Amino acid sequence: MPTLADIPLGRAVVVRDVTGGNAFRRRLLELGLVPGTSVKIVTVAPFGDPLRIAIRDGEWSIRRVEAAQIEVDAPSTSEVKAP
Amino acid sequence: MKRAQILLAGNPNVGKTTLFNALTGLSAKVSNYPGITVEAKRGTVHLPSGDADLHDLPGTYSLNARSAEEAIAFDSIIGTPDAVVVVLDATQLARSAYLLMQCQELGAPCLAVLTMIDEAKTATPDPATLSALFRCDVVAVTARTKLGIDQLTRAIDHTIKAPHKPIWRWEPAPQLRVRLDAMAAVAGSDAQALWALTNVEPRTPGGSPDDDELEISDELRAAALDKTGLDLDAPILARWAWLDREIPRLIKKPVDRSRTQNIDRILMHRVFGFAAFLAVMTVLFMSLFWWAQPMIDQVDGLFNWVGDRVRDGLGEGVFTDFLVDGLIGGVGSVMVFLPQILLLFLFLGFLEDCGYLARVAYLMDRIMRSMNLHGRAFVPMLSGFACAVPAIMATRTMERRRDRILTMMVVPLMTCSARLPVYTLVIAALIPGSALTQALLMVGMYLFSVVTALAAAWVMAKAVKPLKAKRLPFFIELPPYRFPRLGDVLRMMWSKASFFLREAGTVILACSIVLWALLAFPRELPDGSPDYDAMIARAETAGDDKAKEHHKAEKAGALVANSYGGRIGHAIEPAIKPLGFDWKIGIGIVGAFAAREVFVSTMGIVYSVGEVDAGDDESTKPLRQALTDAQNPDGTKAYTPLIGLSLMIFFALACQCMSTLAVVKRETGGWRWPLFLFGYMTVLAWVVSFLVFQIGTLLGF
Repeated sequence: MPTLADIPLGRAVVVRDVTGGNAFRRRLLELGLVPGTSVKIVTVAPFGDPLRIAIRDGEWSIRRVEAAQIEVDAPSTSEVKAP
Repeated sequence: MKRAQILLAGNPNVGKTTLFNALTGLSAKVSNYPGITVEAKRGTVHLPSGDADLHDLPGTYSLNARSAEEAIAFDSIIGTPDAVVVVLDATQLARSAYLLMQCQELGAPCLAVLTMIDEAKTATPDPATLSALFRCDVVAVTARTKLGIDQLTRAIDHTIKAPHKPIWRWEPAPQLRVRLDAMAAVAGSDAQALWALTNVEPRTPGGSPDDDELEISDELRAAALDKTGLDLDAPILARWAWLDREIPRLIKKPVDRSRTQNIDRILMHRVFGFAAFLAVMTVLFMSLFWWAQPMIDQVDGLFNWVGDRVRDGLGEGVFTDFLVDGLIGGVGSVMVFLPQILLLFLFLGFLEDCGYLARVAYLMDRIMRSMNLHGRAFVPMLSGFACAVPAIMATRTMERRRDRILTMMVVPLMTCSARLPVYTLVIAALIPGSALTQALLMVGMYLFSVVTALAAAWVMAKAVKPLKAKRLPFFIELPPYRFPRLGDVLRMMWSKASFFLREAGTVILACSIVLWALLAFPRELPDGSPDYDAMIARAETAGDDKAKEHHKAEKAGALVANSYGGRIGHAIEPAIKPLGFDWKIGIGIVGAFAAREVFVSTMGIVYSVGEVDAGDDESTKPLRQALTDAQNPDGTKAYTPLIGLSLMIFFALACQCMSTLAVVKRETGGWRWPLFLFGYMTVLAWVVSFLVFQIGTLLGF
């Protein structure tokens, strides 16, 4: 399954699952990154990492290795929910 | 009657501080939670029923304890407050309501404040509808204009008197239900049992007390360790399912974010954004370095002036010396930090409140992470070029204790402005070559400090157990850009400054007095000294002012050499001889503990060249000459260029600064980290200087 780290800039996708350790996964879930939420990468920092992502009404900075733990729907098949 | 205890809870970046300031006016007091670097802010709020204490909890997104801040928020809320005011951000309603849900599950007497309504404009949800949904009072407030504050204080009063019980909006799965019931007696409530199940993890073997460990009973810990058959993500998903069902229908239209998006199009641009970042950091750095200097000179001048007046009034004597050199000088050495602290926090306050500081972390994270540092460590590290004291105080912008301490451990390696007079003196006196060589060496010292600081961070994050990087996400919010409120920034600046004076200032003052005493006592010359007083008297009768000053300086030098500090200098000579230093430099090193630039004036006394002002090029001339000409008893040069280099390396690496140690002690809440800092830097300095001097000598320099 593709992860957020594989998605090109600016394309909205839907979160399927968040993997990783308890502390990491639950923090992301608590911030509203639950399965079904729309997410997209807005920009990439000057040295290629971290990513600036938009979730719900907010923007966050997240490292590539962490984005790789967010499984998303493949962009071609996704049904993008309006934010 | 006991005052009502009110808590203010909310996410970061939702206007909580502005609201706190609007409610408490000028009554706020800032202290630290015992043992940890989290600020505890408390003020008085006037309710219709009387005065109450308002406690500002650290900004958190959740009550689950993954950081010290969240643990504090949780402990405070279960500590039976009279009311909990939860801030709801009208532009981020669902996320901020998640915290309200958790507070209500705990059974806290909650009410909600709707902030950022001026930003959400027509997208603002209706407070009455929210109130019905959350079954608590909801008041819309514009803290900037104090609109709604009266209504809020009435609502707090109402909440204090109203009955309250836990409100759960989801059903635990049967297996979880059974466990919660089983744990109820130990945990106190369902929500506390759930909290323990979610947060208690097996202790890591050899875990140190510095891990953000939870303060719960062993009984509850044991009960919470068994998680068989439980899905502890489910409660989070259930809360969000409820929020996603209820919240969207309250919001008529999406919030307009075009302002932030437009600014970010430039400031987050890969090229322009980085250029803008460099410009902002240059201004910050230059202001600390250049603009603070005139203010520092003013403070210095003021205390010198006061000292001189006191000396004139009281005449010479032990008590006068104590008052002028020990006490007034000591207070001066504390106050001299204020200009840089005020300037740095003025900048930081603006950058933080307008939303840019989080973006600095985003821009710099890649570089800082390669050294195991947090993106937010950049500003403290940069500030370290000016002075480690405000830089260490600035580490508080980082969320995690581990990140803060690691940054504190490496900031003192940066070339601070107090090292400059030492380098200038040594380069001018001992390093031959053109002005260009000397300038390049100075640049080299700066680069050396950056490299050592980054390398030290990298090594410590691998080798020092409590500083090891834990697998926690670098997940930071990039808040919308907002106009900072001058009042909030000034208040923050003042609270930092007064905190420094109260907490670190006292330690620095005490150390200054001890150091003064070390170099001032005993006030006697060793046996067999020349009769300086007679020589001074002879010169005076002969009207030879020059000779008189010369004999006075000789006497001062002899006194210092015989002082306790001087004896320490002699005593440590065997330890510093392998670095190329003699006992005279030893005394300088002892004196420099007060502040590095004091090395220059101490050497001035030791070399009997009279008073030397480290900042004044003209006044250091005789000392430079004295160092260049200094000879060993056998007639060889006392200080070679190699010794000069070894000395600069020693000053670059050693923690020759009691103020740094005092402020680290204050920020970490104990002596453990300052002692570690002092220990590792001293060992590092000794080893590197040793290698430089010994290898250099072998190579024939």
